[in-house]
Amino acid sequence: MAVVMDADRIGRSLARIAHEILERNHVVEELALIGIRRRGVPLAKRLAQAIHDINHVEVPTGALDITLYRDDLMRTAIAAQPVIRRTEIPFSIDDKRILLVDDVLYTGRTIRAALDALIEFGRPKAIQLIVLVDRGHRELPIKADYVGKNLPTSLTQSVQVHLSEIDGRDEVEILES
Amino acid sequence: MKKDLLSIDDLTSDEIYLILDTSEAMREIGQREIKKVPTLRGKTVVNLFYEPSTRTRTSFEIAEKRLSADTLNIAVANSSVQKGETLVDTAMNIEAMQPDMIVLRHASSGAGHLLSRICKSRIINAGDGMHEHPTQALLDAFTIREHKQRIEGLKVTIVGDLLHSRVLRSNVRLLTKLGAEVWVSGPPTLVPTGIERFGVRVSANIDEAVADADVIMMLRIQQERMHGAFIPSLREYFTTFGMTTTRVARAKPDVIIMHPGPMNRGVEIASDVADGPYSVILEQVANGVAVRMAVLYLLAGGAEVD
Repeated sequence: MAVVMDADRIGRSLARIAHEILERNHVVEELALIGIRRRGVPLAKRLAQAIHDINHVEVPTGALDITLYRDDLMRTAIAAQPVIRRTEIPFSIDDKRILLVDDVLYTGRTIRAALDALIEFGRPKAIQLIVLVDRGHRELPIKADYVGKNLPTSLTQSVQVHLSEIDGRDEVEILES
Repeated sequence: MKKDLLSIDDLTSDEIYLILDTSEAMREIGQREIKKVPTLRGKTVVNLFYEPSTRTRTSFEIAEKRLSADTLNIAVANSSVQKGETLVDTAMNIEAMQPDMIVLRHASSGAGHLLSRICKSRIINAGDGMHEHPTQALLDAFTIREHKQRIEGLKVTIVGDLLHSRVLRSNVRLLTKLGAEVWVSGPPTLVPTGIERFGVRVSANIDEAVADADVIMMLRIQQERMHGAFIPSLREYFTTFGMTTTRVARAKPDVIIMHPGPMNRGVEIASDVADGPYSVILEQVANGVAVRMAVLYLLAGGAEVD
């Protein structure tokens, strides 16, 4: 087990991403942050706060649960179904620039499911992807627009993101299995 | 979760809460512009209804369609032929076409258990005779929890034709399992013998039963199942057991009034109560879709091997 990002490093990465978002998107009013449950949601809220700290604009935030869109549901006959949580997008995504937020980018399948789910809520002008950690091993043609940390991993490792809102501490670690 | 949902007894309290929590998420889908998710794509669900039903069948069908399942409705007119054999034959034929789930409504208690033994498809009991109607009890629990934020410790009074009611039996099992204080009231001819053994309080005096109740659940007088003189007349029944505003006033000020439908206005419930501010009857119907989506989703996954 090795800690690859501590609280300080996570904070600085998010602050840097907030600056990059404003650098690339000139019309801040078009922006909306949508976090993928579970750990994308607190990350989206922190980014909204970071953007507010920079230019005092409130970027709306939402939460997306992608479970019902997963491509691996019901492929095994033994496992119980994953728990579904609420999707809460309290604004129209039509013509918005959606900043989709997740903790770890791995195979890309979660993002594929998230794109499918989002499209059913409307037609955004653009969707950009923010991840705290990109650990590689993509199985689909998906790429993040903003990355907190690129982290080369092997398939036998797992990456655990802990966030204070959910886990009581901020930390990213690699586990050997 | 077990393979089938035949009775509330198939569920632990944790599983009941999982269904209620999942229903919360499912309800959000019904508020979207596109009310459909791809989850059960490629799954076939057969709605096999041997008894007339509007609410339950429609509710299941909408739930299935919102989850993108392929649905098929078979409405079999009730007949007096030997039901056991006919049901088995029908089920074997449906089973041969390899559906994933069968939603069964049947006039005979235990019909779902019979199918469960012969079918590989998952069976959801949508009402079997006088036995159980588990998804109704689940949607009732969901509605109660939404209004009261809990179920444990509530006084829930169930009034009406207790004898013929599968809704009663499912609700009593569920509510007592989750720690509610359940009272039942009805004419002695319509109270099943031994019901106290389910852990409920029985009172022939409706005014006592509804006093300080948090929830009042009215049951329909099931005239189609009454092959005998159970009550003197419908008017007399209304006088003695009908829910009126005067009786509602004896309950807690924030009481909710429930009814599984279809209602007999002026028999078990006065119109001004059914349409009044305490009534959550139409919310129950709305919640039914979300709860059935949750049940379909959770059952479609893996089952315990038993």
